Amino acid sequence: MAKNDVKVLGAWPSPYVMRPRIALNIKSVNYEFLEETFGSKSELLLQSNPVHKKIPVLIHGDKPICESMIIVEYIDEVWTSGPSILPSDPYDRAIQRFWAAYVDEKWFAAMRGLRSAQGEERKAFLDQVTEGLALLEEAFGKCSKGKAFFGGDRIGLLDIAFGSFLGWLKVTEKVNGVKLLDEAKTPGLVKWAERFCADAAVKSVMPETEKLLEFSKVLAAKMKGAPPPKN
Amino acid sequence: MAEDSVKLLGYWASPYSLKVKWALKLKGIQYQYVEEDLKNKSPMLLQYNPVYKKIPVLVHDDKPLAESLIILEYIDEVWKQNPLLPIDPHERAKARFWAKFADDKCVPALVAAFSKKGEEQERAVKEARENLKILESGLEGKRFFGGETIGFVDIAAGWIGCWAQMTEEIIGIKLIDAETMPLLDSWFQDFLEIPLIKECMPPQDKLLEHCKESHKKF
Repeated sequence: MAKNDVKVLGAWPSPYVMRPRIALNIKSVNYEFLEETFGSKSELLLQSNPVHKKIPVLIHGDKPICESMIIVEYIDEVWTSGPSILPSDPYDRAIQRFWAAYVDEKWFAAMRGLRSAQGEERKAFLDQVTEGLALLEEAFGKCSKGKAFFGGDRIGLLDIAFGSFLGWLKVTEKVNGVKLLDEAKTPGLVKWAERFCADAAVKSVMPETEKLLEFSKVLAAKMKGAPPPKN
Repeated sequence: MAEDSVKLLGYWASPYSLKVKWALKLKGIQYQYVEEDLKNKSPMLLQYNPVYKKIPVLVHDDKPLAESLIILEYIDEVWKQNPLLPIDPHERAKARFWAKFADDKCVPALVAAFSKKGEEQERAVKEARENLKILESGLEGKRFFGGETIGFVDIAAGWIGCWAQMTEEIIGIKLIDAETMPLLDSWFQDFLEIPLIKECMPPQDKLLEHCKESHKKF
């Protein structure tokens, strides 16, 4: 397949952008990575995602696909000769989707809240993040069934959904001086995180923590100058 | 399939449990329905959905599932008759996109229009109208999101027409404008006229009373 048949519009620091890239790597699909400039949106982005104007966007041939987890499922459905990203059993598939949605809608929402919160509010978000990790530790035990990943022997949907946040999790640990993944409280996740980050499909697209930390300072400075977020 | 292998925990006035009822009915699946008292949630509900403690919960062969869109996809994958999602991967991705858009963008704006006052309400109404207009573009000129027959997005988002109408009546502000959103308006009307859809709807007068009661709290 020609490399320019598959394009990903994105940016290196974004965990959401990592997701389709990991999925394409799992399937050994060559793609062109079109990096958006921080602070501005390209014509191609605005054209291919007019509704949200957000990255990532997958462009396959001339068809755009938007929303990171929808893109991952699309990739799994199109490139069937590569390893499967979702399990075959409908109930297991639903459980993977359930926790992936939980990570996005509840857990990362609390992580984002932690970024700008102060005092009591900060403690509340931190509690939510820690409680979430306890739930995910339990989910890991049930989903992995003793194997290396949420998806079993190989990285699957939930590994991609949650693992893509590991870079930002490490930044949050450093900035807040806390340990979120902890050998005592979340031993399964600690080992899983190491394996995930070392995986061939992930290594090349997972940003270094130091680079992300530098970027987070740039982001924080920019956000201070920007109007307060709507929600 | 034996009726007792499929159970739905729901609430009569909830659009989220309504979506699941529609999907089960469309596929002709027999199930046991359990009405939950949301002010006094059953131990069964709390056990089946410890993370969110919400309805709907679908229980199939003693295995519980929560979150309405995830339940819809599960139903579609287990029972293949009258498919909800199309076959083509790009069309499937579009269907998932619009179902998510309706839930993430249209619904919160409608809820805000219902519950807020003054300037906040004005902003919410404006946002709801804009997002409904965007949702209309997803129809791509078709009668239903599923084409000539209803599919995933219709079941996921078709309820919004009815609830938006009730909201309009209660707050006295138009949300779905037939002039600016003619296709969306037709879609809502056509959808709610479908027999299996109509049959599962809660009684309209009871629902309106229920919405009015909820509104008093704000």
